[in-house]
Amino acid sequence: MKQPVKRSAPSLPPLRRLFRRGPWENLATAFIAVGVVMLCQPFLMTLYSYSFITILTGVALFTIVTKFPK
Amino acid sequence: MTAADEPGTLVERIAAQTPPHVAARVRGLSDRSIAWLFIAPTILLLLAINIFPLVWAIRLSFTSFMSNMPMPMRFNGIDNYIDILADEDVWQHFQATAHFVVSTIALQVVIGLGLALLINRQFRGHSFWTTVILLPMMLSPAVVGNFWTLLFQPQIGPFNYLISFFTGAPPSSFTMIGDVRLAPWTIVLVNTWMWTPYVMLICLAGLRSIPDYIYEAAEVDRASPWRQFWAITLPMVLPFLMLAVLFQAIQAFEMFDLVNLLTSGGPGSVTELVSITLKRSAFEKWETGYSSALAVILFVTVFGAANIYVKALNRVKQR
Repeated sequence: MKQPVKRSAPSLPPLRRLFRRGPWENLATAFIAVGVVMLCQPFLMTLYSYSFITILTGVALFTIVTKFPK
Repeated sequence: MTAADEPGTLVERIAAQTPPHVAARVRGLSDRSIAWLFIAPTILLLLAINIFPLVWAIRLSFTSFMSNMPMPMRFNGIDNYIDILADEDVWQHFQATAHFVVSTIALQVVIGLGLALLINRQFRGHSFWTTVILLPMMLSPAVVGNFWTLLFQPQIGPFNYLISFFTGAPPSSFTMIGDVRLAPWTIVLVNTWMWTPYVMLICLAGLRSIPDYIYEAAEVDRASPWRQFWAITLPMVLPFLMLAVLFQAIQAFEMFDLVNLLTSGGPGSVTELVSITLKRSAFEKWETGYSSALAVILFVTVFGAANIYVKALNRVKQR
């Protein structure tokens, strides 16, 4: 009986594997979400002070990574 | 062959009247160029009314410009941003805005979906009640603000009498707009009253798009109405509901007119949303540079939140 031939998935070049959209998009989303929470939380003034830069980083990252391949 | 293709038709006669140098130029254009030619006026208009004010506001946010002072713009780097992000008052206004957005959205979703489920059934006077429910949404915020101010009057307003009827408290013993504890909930109540019909309308569109055979199959499988709601109705309405939440969250985050008319940010500053702070710094203190920086912060926050939301919406749609 013949065994079905198993073919491994074609490996992506390391750079393309590193710059996949999914994980980077998740990172950018996390930045934005954390930034919005920092902006509106009522506990620590320091968190509020650093909220905008966090959101801005997330938005810039998001805008860039949406151009990455899936 | 159609009439338009026949030689000597209206189309050919009009084409023949085109001056030769214009005709030669147009004939030389590709389809893509012609498409660009057609959309160019719209793009220019968009640039003029959307992009230019945004770029100008970003530029102003790095200056100490005051629009009521006859002095040139002076670049002051990120000082305005530092001032805003070190100001405890602005921090409190962001908290008030967050309270307003979260409470309003939660109430609108629950009541809007409930109303949509009710209106989706066929009953006598269905169209009449749909119109009645949709009425608040059609009113101007100025009208809504004014008549709710009247309804909330402690002496003559019917709202206090209604509350006293149910609770037994004297009508003039509390004021909805003037009380520090009640005022934040007052603006939530009025905004919910006004915009719940909008959420209901979008949910209704979602409910109408669910095919009947899915419910019929569920009934054959003896699924309870509760189970049908959780397994069929809610997942299929969810993309619509999320869209409504996105629109309403953006609208609530930038809410100005209704709250300005109802409370003007008072009592104290408990209902002062960021948009009211923005208006005060721009048109009462005339700190144009500072208010532009605040506007940029608001814009980036809403833009970022909308990005996350659109991503979540796409995931729900793909399921």
